[in-house]
Amino acid sequence: MSVRGETALWIAQRASAAVLALCVTVHLATMIYAIRGGLGAAEILSRTRGNIGWFAFYTVFVLAVTVHAPIGLRSVLLEWLGWRGAARDIVLLGLAMVLAGLGMRAVFGVFL
Amino acid sequence: MNSLKVRVWRGGAVGAFQGFEVPRHASQTVLDVVTHIQRALDPTLAYRFACRVGMCGSCAMTVNGVARWTCRTHIDKAVKNENQIEITPLRNLPVIRDLVTDMREFFDKWARAKGQFRGARSRNDDFPALKPDTPARIQIDAGIECIGCAVCYSACDVVSWNPDYLGPAALNRAWTLVKDERDSKKLERLRAIAGDAGCHSCHTHMSCTERCPKQISPTAGIAGLKRAVAKAALEGVL
Repeated sequence: MSVRGETALWIAQRASAAVLALCVTVHLATMIYAIRGGLGAAEILSRTRGNIGWFAFYTVFVLAVTVHAPIGLRSVLLEWLGWRGAARDIVLLGLAMVLAGLGMRAVFGVFL
Repeated sequence: MNSLKVRVWRGGAVGAFQGFEVPRHASQTVLDVVTHIQRALDPTLAYRFACRVGMCGSCAMTVNGVARWTCRTHIDKAVKNENQIEITPLRNLPVIRDLVTDMREFFDKWARAKGQFRGARSRNDDFPALKPDTPARIQIDAGIECIGCAVCYSACDVVSWNPDYLGPAALNRAWTLVKDERDSKKLERLRAIAGDAGCHSCHTHMSCTERCPKQISPTAGIAGLKRAVAKAALEGVL
């Protein structure tokens, strides 16, 4: 990959980390607040179904994970397994698509 | 007289420890111990040194698992267990023999990081006036005293994981030139030090900063390079 490409990945990972820091904080705080009276599927769905705000929040969350995780794994694969080159990046692109697919399926699952 | 039990690495990549007993003296340095072994106990021991006063950067070794400049490291400071010390070559560099490592890759990486100054003035131009108290000059001063001992390079985990990584010393050198207002090949240098083999691989473990005998913080310089590269990329000039 070109220097410009690798720099773009680094910027994307830093930017997505900043988004994730906010998303994880909101997510954890909401969970702790919401389960005070016990946790139930019906209760969760009553909050999230048709709620555009939570839909937007978790969409951003999933997309940030989709960007962040494969880029981090890219360095892990290089440093731990010595794996570099186009094959690694194609596999990671596949992983990004799986993360996005599963994540958005879950987001739609509690929204619709 | 007190004596010091010394275990010294003998051989190359494959080898074994050899034990010596060395007389203990006040203010004795690790280099004093190695020199005593070579002069009085075993003249075949190979090691490298030159100035003995912390200027040349040639005597670095691993002492009890820690990379150190041996001429300025007192035994009192390096010895944890009672009167026992283990001396091995620097990590992350090929061993030539005993305590001598092959430094070529280390210095080749300085060249790969465009560590050469390239001014834009000719001999007919006047000297540039440099104010010593500008922010850039203060940052350069903080990194300019590197003696090229490779202690940081030996202490860096990223170098051991990714052999292409340029390492803290080469990146620190590049940083001092990126901040130098007289230098004329900044973009070329930023392209050379960005990416998987360059500043973006640094995990900010700060082992280099902890171990640098000259109290330089290559980590700070590498962070500066990340900012400079990101700025160039966002401006579309990288």
